[in-house]
Amino acid sequence: MRNVGVISYATSAVARDVVHNEIEIIVPVLGEAIERSTIPKADIGFVCSGSLDYLFGGPFAFVAGVDAVGAVPPIRESHVEMDGAWALYEAWCYIQTGEVDSALIYGFSKGSSGDPLELLTVQTDPYYTVPLWPSMSDMAALQARAFMHRTGATERDLAEVAARAQRNGMSIDYAVRADANANADALLSGSPLVSDPLRESDIFPVSDGATVIVIAADDVARKHCARPAWIRGFDHRIDPMGFGVRDLSRVASATKAAQKANVSAGSLDIAELHAQFSHEELMLVEALGIDPTKTSVNPSGGPLAANVLMGAGLNRIGEVANAITAGGANRGVAHVSSGPCLQQNLVCVLEGE
Amino acid sequence: MAEPMIADHIVEYPGGYTRSIGPAISRYLTGLRDGRILGVKSKTAGVLVPPVEYDPNTSEEIGGSDDDWVEVGPAGTVESFTWVRRPRAEKQPFSQPFAFALIKPDGADTAMLHAVVVSSPDDLSIGMRVMPHWKVARSGSVRDIEAWVPLPSGVTPPAAPPRTVNADGEGAVTGLIQPIKLHYTISAGVATTRYLDGMAQGKIAGGRAPGSTEVYAASRGTDPKTGEPTSIDVDIADTGCITTFCVVNIPGLSALAPPVPFVSAHVLLDGADNTIMALIRGCEAHEVRMGMRVKAKWAEKLTRTHHSLEWFEPTGEPDAPYDDYKDNL
Repeated sequence: MRNVGVISYATSAVARDVVHNEIEIIVPVLGEAIERSTIPKADIGFVCSGSLDYLFGGPFAFVAGVDAVGAVPPIRESHVEMDGAWALYEAWCYIQTGEVDSALIYGFSKGSSGDPLELLTVQTDPYYTVPLWPSMSDMAALQARAFMHRTGATERDLAEVAARAQRNGMSIDYAVRADANANADALLSGSPLVSDPLRESDIFPVSDGATVIVIAADDVARKHCARPAWIRGFDHRIDPMGFGVRDLSRVASATKAAQKANVSAGSLDIAELHAQFSHEELMLVEALGIDPTKTSVNPSGGPLAANVLMGAGLNRIGEVANAITAGGANRGVAHVSSGPCLQQNLVCVLEGE
Repeated sequence: MAEPMIADHIVEYPGGYTRSIGPAISRYLTGLRDGRILGVKSKTAGVLVPPVEYDPNTSEEIGGSDDDWVEVGPAGTVESFTWVRRPRAEKQPFSQPFAFALIKPDGADTAMLHAVVVSSPDDLSIGMRVMPHWKVARSGSVRDIEAWVPLPSGVTPPAAPPRTVNADGEGAVTGLIQPIKLHYTISAGVATTRYLDGMAQGKIAGGRAPGSTEVYAASRGTDPKTGEPTSIDVDIADTGCITTFCVVNIPGLSALAPPVPFVSAHVLLDGADNTIMALIRGCEAHEVRMGMRVKAKWAEKLTRTHHSLEWFEPTGEPDAPYDDYKDNL
């Protein structure tokens, strides 16, 4: 296996950008990430993006995205209709083939163009689920209650997660929802219930923006980054589509992915979890076997602070890599999810040297 | 710049999305139409409701024989629930607050998603017993169950009432039609807003990146060759030549589609380095040719939309030589 490291990360998020289209949102973030990588754009071997036409409101969102990169002379390019973290997985595989030594990965969307909680129902089973049209928060709430019933977790436990996410959101410059004084009592009394037991504060804030990462192999990474965040374990797994077929109170596929990525092979300084609903953080801490007394969980605030759909998973990898490159952490885990009720899960272990 | 262009946008499949459903879903939806809830037996996961075609653990094909199928319920038990406080009336089953729940029908080993109707979330609990309230007008859909309602202790759920709708005659249900209507509010962005502002003045706006000499009509914000922002505004002539074209003979479904035959062409505007796609009118379809010089026909009432530029029509000038547009084919 080739050693592949994250060498550059840039991101943006706002609650609603009415001025710029998707291309105009990507361009500055892309420029920042490429500049930070110090690799000339023409020398980057592969470009891969994550986007979703249903969020774009039209076909071929990724083709629009390519306009932000520039494709003359023709570039090696690919795309996933998923979070950019899966684009990074594809790029990592491509680098493993030896064909290329570096890759540019980006994810983007304007969640504010529609109602994401309602829109994303189109990704569910079209025969049994779509005719009833449960929203994403309705489905998440079914999982939240199943988890709370099994473990005894309470609405206060969820509110504690949500409040900490808002406080931690103060540490990033792209927070959409952040409040230094957020506390569980205030959320329990002031944040309205949306899909019981989930309150507004338990649900991710709608966000517009882009996330960009540059990765490179071995000596290329070392040449361009003083301390790359090396990918030491990488795996993704999926659970069955039927809500009743799996035990909704657990995230079996996340546990499996964590085992395959060797999460438990060393201590974890940081964990960035793609918890778009507050109970998901508690479920993922359990599923990945994280000890929150030893590991800093979502110090960025996670998706509850900013959640650019198709980019926020890539943010998890970027935030862990940033902590490692800056020297504040040596080993961490990034988790990314796709589908309703944490159906599909990607786990990436990153480490400095 | 002017006020950002923001517009409502709907993505919709006219008449709904038509799906074939295969044997397992067919049996299930036919059962619902007939007022019965059916499950399929699997070796490793018990009786699955709603049914699937393969064992979720081993991928073994299941449901191939009549013996694999079993009627479950109609009573069931709530395994999880949520109270929908602000129903999405266009898409969800009810416009008044209701519950979504995972319900395990008696005799099944998995729970199914459905709606539960009670007057308050306080009436819901994990483990509560419920029964289906069937529609009479059943057509072969999960919505043939109107909702589940509490089952009082000691009460036997009644059989489904006879149905009043004959869908697909008396045969099996073989498909479903799902309306999909998605609402958006789209922001055009800086470059497209400028283009649309130009439309309101009968002008075609373009842009150029500082690092390039190439001018892009209707720029989306970057030079697509380099990704550099087209930060320099350039107004482009409304005359040009046809590079390539297509005579369309298939009538369009949209009300906006012109009568056939019509000509759709790429037009290289004078002063631009890219083509834009446009209708060609003002001559017979068979007269249209590569290199033909054309001029924009503007609508009488100009608006901040693409509709201001109705079509291009021939100017009568001599055709542009091939070398003038060969790099834009």
